[in-house]
Amino acid sequence: MAEPSGKLKEVRLTTPVRHEDLRRLELGDVVYLDGLIYTGRESVYKRVLQDGVAPPVDLKALTNVNFHCSPAASRNADGTFNVGAVTATASFRFSKWLPKWLEVSGAKVIVGKGGMSEQDYRDTFVPAGAVYLTTVGYGTGALLGRGIKRVRDAHWIDDLGIAQAMWVFEVEKFGPLLVESDLDGNSLFERNNRIVNQGLARLYEGLKPPSLARYGETDDRRDELIG
Amino acid sequence: MPHAPKIAADRIEEAAHTVMAKAGIEIPDDYLHGIQAMASTESGDLSAFVLRAMLENWEAAKADRRPMCADTGVPRYYVKIGNEARIEGGPVELERRIRRATARATHDVPLRPNRVHPLSRRDNDNNVGINAPEIEYSFEPDADWIDVTTVHKGGLFGTDYRMLFPADGVDGIKRFYLDTLIAFGKRGLACQPAIVGIGLGGSKDTCMVLGKQAACLRVVGDRNPDPEIAALEDELKTLGNSIGMGAMGFVGSSMVVDCHIEVGYTHTGGMPMSVHCFCLSSRRATARLHPDGRIEYRTDPEWFTPYLRRDTVEWQSPAASSKKSA
Repeated sequence: MAEPSGKLKEVRLTTPVRHEDLRRLELGDVVYLDGLIYTGRESVYKRVLQDGVAPPVDLKALTNVNFHCSPAASRNADGTFNVGAVTATASFRFSKWLPKWLEVSGAKVIVGKGGMSEQDYRDTFVPAGAVYLTTVGYGTGALLGRGIKRVRDAHWIDDLGIAQAMWVFEVEKFGPLLVESDLDGNSLFERNNRIVNQGLARLYEGLKPPSLARYGETDDRRDELIG
Repeated sequence: MPHAPKIAADRIEEAAHTVMAKAGIEIPDDYLHGIQAMASTESGDLSAFVLRAMLENWEAAKADRRPMCADTGVPRYYVKIGNEARIEGGPVELERRIRRATARATHDVPLRPNRVHPLSRRDNDNNVGINAPEIEYSFEPDADWIDVTTVHKGGLFGTDYRMLFPADGVDGIKRFYLDTLIAFGKRGLACQPAIVGIGLGGSKDTCMVLGKQAACLRVVGDRNPDPEIAALEDELKTLGNSIGMGAMGFVGSSMVVDCHIEVGYTHTGGMPMSVHCFCLSSRRATARLHPDGRIEYRTDPEWFTPYLRRDTVEWQSPAASSKKSA
């Protein structure tokens, strides 16, 4: 968490990220990555985990950082790529695939947007020894784009398209990212939610409910709607 | 009066291509100043860190000429056509040029090709497809230009609609406003601090259209000319910033950079309402094309004119009425 001065602690991590480095991370630390990362989201997960297609590359030998992202990129006539900006997409939508994905890929760091539920961290991330780093903003597309030094591969781009392909990026000082979950399964977002929630009832005081109610899963504003 | 010369189709394509790049890369000044002011007063450490990172990101985007955000959202256009303007090739050519510019800019900037078929998920890799990009039109009396505005609003979170009733009153408006901000503010899914647009009235579709236009086509600091609505805009802005939530849903106060409300006459028994959050990149850019070939670029779309907000049967332009009284 923040130091008394209000400054956040800054950490550089090199991929593949080692367990002892993850152990030292505290919620709210600012992280920058160096090394290799790959993108994978719904189309990659579906193809590998549901359709049974082997990943296009030996992920365990490559790196252990999976980025929930689609880049703003284009393909040049000579087959090279032009990557302008990168930002993450909301990760909670991939919750159902992650238990199997962490197992198959050996990923120890998920980088994305908005985190997962604390329940997911405890059920899935803690047993796998994995943490979640959230992008900032959202999103700092230009800053993250600067951190990408080279496109090593864009697997499956011909049929999945630019947005859903598995991109492998060489990165340097890739960030800023915030530690959202630690190895014990705590969540920075949920810690903040608990504080914000204390003030919610006050906001609704004296405001009468609307004449026509709606069917819905919850009327408790302390609840989150993800998951 | 002789007809103004036709506005060249090539110039329309050039302007549309340029505003696509400008919207993606350059943060509008009004929004930038709004965030700078919030960053100076935000007391939450994490929320303040996020705002500083965004300020740095916008500098990087401009310096490198790369997009602020890789999620292109769903790029769309608003075209305002002066009543005296004539277009080479007519409206069909205008739409053809806008679609071409969208595809070219997607490759050239580059912007992420976001638009896919909703079922097959087919991606043309150019942000063009069935009913994409959307093009909305309005008209302006006593003008010989056309304004081409593009907006790249996020496409997933931060928007909702509800049918309220007159008996629900301002209480109902406040509740639904809070509900939407809290639901999408958690974890920052709304990409706040946002310009929040509210549509009040109309039928369901116009209610959504007005709210989205209020969020995307008015600038920070601008107030509705109706004093009663302007007062509600101020009140809702303050209310949103008192939730206790800042950027990314972290503890703080930076939720609403500004609140804009647009209204439409509605069913006598109803008060439909929509809420829309225009994100931390608030991508909008406008080009004005004149018949003499000049193109002027700006970030204020100037969409809501007295003509657009008129509530009378007949429209008498200020120019005509001053002529008559003279």
